[in-house]
Amino acid sequence: MIQIQNVHKSFGSLEVLKGINLEVNKGEVVSVIGGSGSGKSTLLYCINAIEKIQQGRIIVDDIDVHAKSTNRDKLRQKLGMVFQQWNSFPHLTVLENASLAPRIVLKMGRKEAMEIAKKELNHVGLGDKFDEYPTRMSGGQQQRLAIARALAMKPDYMLFDEVTSALDPELVGEVLDTLRMLRDDGMTMICVTHEIAFAREVSDKVAFFHQGVIEEIGTPEQVIVNPRKEATQKFLSKVLH
Amino acid sequence: MGNSFFTPLSWNDTGFILTGVLNTVTISLVAIIVGTLLGLAVGFIRAEANRFTNILLGGVLDALRSVPLIIQLILFSTYVGAIGHPLDPFVTGSIVLSLYSMAFMSEVFRGGFESVHHSMATAARSLGMSYWQTVAYIRLPIGLRAVFPSWLGVALSVIKDSALVSVIGYMELLRTSEQLISRTQQPLEILIGVGLFYFIVSYPLSLYGRYIERKMAI
Repeated sequence: MIQIQNVHKSFGSLEVLKGINLEVNKGEVVSVIGGSGSGKSTLLYCINAIEKIQQGRIIVDDIDVHAKSTNRDKLRQKLGMVFQQWNSFPHLTVLENASLAPRIVLKMGRKEAMEIAKKELNHVGLGDKFDEYPTRMSGGQQQRLAIARALAMKPDYMLFDEVTSALDPELVGEVLDTLRMLRDDGMTMICVTHEIAFAREVSDKVAFFHQGVIEEIGTPEQVIVNPRKEATQKFLSKVLH
Repeated sequence: MGNSFFTPLSWNDTGFILTGVLNTVTISLVAIIVGTLLGLAVGFIRAEANRFTNILLGGVLDALRSVPLIIQLILFSTYVGAIGHPLDPFVTGSIVLSLYSMAFMSEVFRGGFESVHHSMATAARSLGMSYWQTVAYIRLPIGLRAVFPSWLGVALSVIKDSALVSVIGYMELLRTSEQLISRTQQPLEILIGVGLFYFIVSYPLSLYGRYIERKMAI
């Protein structure tokens, strides 16, 4: 379970998270929606301890993420993350991309790491690309590689940061299909997304971020179909035209 | 009469010339290897360090890069000798040439490290890799690839600049040829030969660098 308790985060004098509370249970899919600069991506970075927080606590399976004594490299093994920019490692083949972290972080043997990587690559539909270099692939394929690369670490949670925002429109579908598949596998996921229809379809919970706070949270029915707050209604009417 | 001091170039000079060739190759290799290792470390520090450290380091590197190598060689050998530690010309030459190449290579490597976008490192860290694993497996290999052609360019100029070490008495190729010239009075043949040697070493390497550059541009 991920527990986010009264989290405050500032960049200099700019406070981007102003007291966030959120719980994500095992097996849940939580979508985070909201305008640019509302702080939703920052929250993911704080869960992963890529960014520090100024106040509050984030607890992942009883581990206090930002406590001094926490081994954050070890913690991140639990938390797979996929970014807006896919960040494929250009000097490695697809198979090496996906097997590097199991090999050097989990200290797996080469063969075992390759097996796991192959399994995850097959899972996201890249079974025919093992020896390809990622720079020769489409954005959608590279993003699926990024997902497989994270899954090869056998994480308990997956954090998705606007993973379709940098893709050409015709490539969005294949990446969303991969996320649907993960949900069906029972993966616990937090998806920061602009794909409202997708969020409505796959989520157990939807959180609407507005100016650094969670303005509204609930089932997709409650938040996307029948929003009560004015800010939510405004935002949705803008993105759904 | 009058010519009796001079004896023409002969096959017997081959050994002497080869000594010069060997010494040029040796000091160039030393300077390239030491310069590369130090340059990697300094380049990495510059890419990571705060502004204050960078201003300090940058000043030293600027001095090494802007003062002509020949002046650095003479200054170093004169003053280190003067404070009571006369050094062998090979040692002096190696130190000065290594530092000189370090100054250029550190900038090349710094550029390499900085060319790897920080989001790449963040992605690696998010997979559980430690800071140093990210450096060793991601930032270093990607950065080195990007700057390999520039590194090769610096290495080539180090080979050519090694000729200047002759001024402090190191018996590299130029110095041996100067001695041969004063004995044989055949400067044209000898200097053309020496020039040819540098060309034969440098040209294939620079062609290779251009080939790599083109390959990476695709």
